[in-house]
Amino acid sequence: MFESLGLLPTFPLLGFLTLFLAGGFLPRRMIGLIGAGSIGLSFLVALSIVMPFLSGDSEEVRHVVYTWLSVGNFESTFGLYLDGLTVVMILVITGVGFLIHLYSTGFMIDDPSFSRFFAIMNLFVASMLILVIADNLLLLYLGWEGVGLCSYLLIGFWYTDPENGYAARKAFVTTRVGDTSMAIGLFLLFTQLGTLDIQSLLVFAQDRWDIGSGFAIAATLLLLGGAVGKSAQLPLQTWLPDAMAGPTPISALIHAATMVTAGVYLIARMHPLFELAPNVQLLVALIGLATLLIAGFTAMTQHDIKRILAYSTISQIGYMFLGLGVGAWSASIFHLMTHAFFKALLFLGAGTVILSLHHEHDIFKMGGKWRQLPVAFASFMIGSLALAAFPFTSGYFSKDEILIGALAVEGVGLWLWLGGVVGAFFTGIYSFRLVFVVFFGESRGHHDEGEVTGLAMALPLFVLMVLALLGGFIHIPVDNVFSHGAALGAAHEEHSVSTFMHAVMIVVPLLGIGVSYLFYCAGVFSVSSLMKLPLAKTLHSFWYSGWGFDCLYKLLFISPFLWLSKVNRRDVVDTFYAGIVVLSVFGNAVSVRSQSGLLRWYILSIVIGIVLLVSLGAFL
Amino acid sequence: MILLSLVGVFFFGGLLAWLSEFVDVRLPRWVAMLSAVICAGLISRLVFMVDSGGVGLLGWVDEFEGSWIPSLGIDFFFAADGLTVLMLALTVLLGIVSIASAWDEIKERAGFFYFNLLWTLAGVVGVFTALDLFLFFFFWEVMLIPMYFIIAIWGHENRRYAATKFFIFTQVTGMMMLVSLLCLVYFHSLQFGEFSFNYNDLLRVDLPKSIDLWVMLGFFAAFATKLPSVPFHSWLPDAHSQAPTAGSVLLAGVLLKTGAYGLIRFTIPLFPQATALFAPIAMSLAVISILYCAKVALAQTDIKRLIAYTSVSHMGFVLLGIYAWNELGLQGAVMTMLAHGLSAAALFMLAGGLQHRIHTRDMREMSGFWIVAPKMAVVALFFSVAALGLPGLGNFVGEFLALLGAFSVSIPAAVIAVLGVIFASVYSLWVMQSVFQGPSLRQEGKDSTHEALLDLDRRELFFYGVMMIGLLWMGLYPQTFLDFSSGVIEDLVMSDDAAALYAREFSK
Repeated sequence: MFESLGLLPTFPLLGFLTLFLAGGFLPRRMIGLIGAGSIGLSFLVALSIVMPFLSGDSEEVRHVVYTWLSVGNFESTFGLYLDGLTVVMILVITGVGFLIHLYSTGFMIDDPSFSRFFAIMNLFVASMLILVIADNLLLLYLGWEGVGLCSYLLIGFWYTDPENGYAARKAFVTTRVGDTSMAIGLFLLFTQLGTLDIQSLLVFAQDRWDIGSGFAIAATLLLLGGAVGKSAQLPLQTWLPDAMAGPTPISALIHAATMVTAGVYLIARMHPLFELAPNVQLLVALIGLATLLIAGFTAMTQHDIKRILAYSTISQIGYMFLGLGVGAWSASIFHLMTHAFFKALLFLGAGTVILSLHHEHDIFKMGGKWRQLPVAFASFMIGSLALAAFPFTSGYFSKDEILIGALAVEGVGLWLWLGGVVGAFFTGIYSFRLVFVVFFGESRGHHDEGEVTGLAMALPLFVLMVLALLGGFIHIPVDNVFSHGAALGAAHEEHSVSTFMHAVMIVVPLLGIGVSYLFYCAGVFSVSSLMKLPLAKTLHSFWYSGWGFDCLYKLLFISPFLWLSKVNRRDVVDTFYAGIVVLSVFGNAVSVRSQSGLLRWYILSIVIGIVLLVSLGAFL
Repeated sequence: MILLSLVGVFFFGGLLAWLSEFVDVRLPRWVAMLSAVICAGLISRLVFMVDSGGVGLLGWVDEFEGSWIPSLGIDFFFAADGLTVLMLALTVLLGIVSIASAWDEIKERAGFFYFNLLWTLAGVVGVFTALDLFLFFFFWEVMLIPMYFIIAIWGHENRRYAATKFFIFTQVTGMMMLVSLLCLVYFHSLQFGEFSFNYNDLLRVDLPKSIDLWVMLGFFAAFATKLPSVPFHSWLPDAHSQAPTAGSVLLAGVLLKTGAYGLIRFTIPLFPQATALFAPIAMSLAVISILYCAKVALAQTDIKRLIAYTSVSHMGFVLLGIYAWNELGLQGAVMTMLAHGLSAAALFMLAGGLQHRIHTRDMREMSGFWIVAPKMAVVALFFSVAALGLPGLGNFVGEFLALLGAFSVSIPAAVIAVLGVIFASVYSLWVMQSVFQGPSLRQEGKDSTHEALLDLDRRELFFYGVMMIGLLWMGLYPQTFLDFSSGVIEDLVMSDDAAALYAREFSK
């Protein structure tokens, strides 16, 4: 039955091929059916595969489809690998993926490029599945680049606007910087350990490298480079907010639920390697912490409904990185799953809002929409509660586990925990700022529009609402994968977490929601009066720009590069050869002139020559 | 015999194509296509011979030996091994593609055009199969002259300049190679008492240390110019931008590969010690080619010039892989040659197709063609992402192996070279943006010239389709191709080690 592992990416791939080759001839209903149906079939396959895992009595499975390439001592296969971690990933990808595809059949129905949309979406799911079921790093890299390409194509889906094209290229090139670092990591791992097969590689590394060895540090740093690119963490986070240029369902699928969490998956998959480099692991935690705080600040200042969600995604992935960095592996993966539920819910809800209000993105032009857009309101209410970690919603459990994991770290643990708690406070503020501004208070425009909805769009929202509320009670079967780390975390948990800290973790997000209520709903405080303070104004614009990273990179990399290529458009090497040409043309002109045909010039030059020769002879 | 008939079919096919023009103007292209198809048939026989027989260096699958100038030791010596067969297959495939791309484009003096085209192919086949170095040099020159005419007669606005530049660059460095070759033969006669241009004989020549490097540089200059590598690359952008589409396809797809082939077959096996000394410099040149030309490509507005610079950049990976001189690097170089042969040829065909349709190569005058020509856009997208090294397509396999091979020899070279992959994504996507994406000029009513832009027709789709399948095959099941060259490359690497070992023992 595990041969059916290969079927998992096959269905979406067939969907892609069908739509790619025949999409132009098919009616829309058929396209929707193929597009969403292929993912649905994949989900069923996933369910049949993972059943033994969910009951908790299964071991990892390998299935080699064929040898991809084998040169000398290098060999890489199309090999598939299934363990508890993969199970979580494939369920999220096919399950949430199917819901988003279903939603898209309604959302995109009027788009002229309906079949192109589903073709790329299917290709994306196929690549993402390959990424998570690959048994070796080269095949993983294939999926990794494949999802990057699909992300590029979907961000720039509405290609007639050059801005969208710019956002798409920015996303692709920025992540490619990370990918390149990862590729170097692959070279290093292969030359040192002689294989790219993940399981044997991890064993070899543990055998041959000591904790803190240089190779382990270099390899993990290079892999981390790939992870921060894909997962939009510092310092490569700048592409994600711009990636919101794409259609909203792809923001839900690619830029919230699946692709951006690939970095988290990579680190979790390679966790024994990271355990060999404790300093790098701490760096992962610090990157996560810095990212979650910076993105949290920025999210509080944005006006565009999707950009708020984008920064919130960056921030939540920051939590996952924090979890990875402190060794709370399973907590991170847990948060990855719950985040997929509630963030997909929020994005799809945002899609409904945007579509209903004629592509309005500015939350300050909405207001009081809860009566007008009831399904979207319910989605945002539940999604935001989960996002803000309201007790007993899914986000509460997973974030709680990560923060407890942070506390377990010796030395800096308390600081990491504190940072995470502060981040939770901001999460409460920005998530409910969005809810209060869009759904409560006075209506500031778009008075009469009704909610665009239909079964295809509403059903996924309802399912996701349930998952976002109750997803925290799911037990993910990763204990075998992270057995070593989990035991460690549990041991610490007994000692260090007091009731006081638990209380803090429950109360702080509520405080955030309360602050948000006072500012944006009750009107007790007003943002405009706060903005009169010069410091607040500066800070606001600084945060609004995403902490100036775009400007910085433009100054440091883009402008010099463009300048250099513009200056050298004519290719300076060519001027050397052009110089030879000029020189020979000049020489030609000179010698032509000497052939004047005037006898006296010839005699004169002969005489000068003799004189020179004779005088030379005399000197010698 | 197959090898001789390959050259013969192209040679006589060319003459026939020229003559047939006087019967009917439409005949030459059919004659050309027929010759190419016959050659494809001949090569498929070779392919099966490789499959069934054991191959390796000096273990030729097919050879032909006939006497030419016995007193100087010059023979008609043709031979082929797995590596040769791969190169021949690429040559004939792209030969067919280039004839197809010229099908409607070349109307003027068609007979002479197809004559030149087939003679270029004859020259290339000769270069890939000749194992007598005099014969090799002869074909090296034969390849050059018809190509000169193709550019100079059927080229675009600045064709004379480009053709002359191409000719001088190749000719000057070709002469350097000839001097080196004669030097090598002279030392052979000193050491073994007779003249010989035979590859197998010349492999045994032991040059004095003082001139070893210089003789090697003669060969290197000729091959590095053809490849091309910085700083010998500047003929290429001019030649490409001026050449007709079929010329560009052959140049990028096949002619450049003769340079790489020459390095693998001749320069390194003939001069192992000098190569060992020179390898760091060659690898530096490779890295500079990759980065420098990627950067220059980005600033181009002429779409063909841009693709030409990207070609130089990609051939840098080939050079890098070759001078890493291990199995991974060499296999990577061979895969990159094949994959780049297809992807660059396709991109030049697309650029040529665009120019044929809208009469400009200036990207500033293009925008939003996706709406009017969606099939062309998708095809362009495919080959652009192939060029930027997307896994699953042939170019990735080649570049990955080349870099992996280089990494185990020189970490800095590989790490700097891999940055070229980032640049590749910048320029590839920039071409997509400026040509196919963005607002459609026609829709905004700004433009009337582009109304003639037609989408790809069936003939074009078929040939692009074949090349797409080829790249997918190379990307997903590269073993088919790797197996052809693996025997040869193993032997090359081994024999080189043996030679180096031998040299060390000898010096003691």
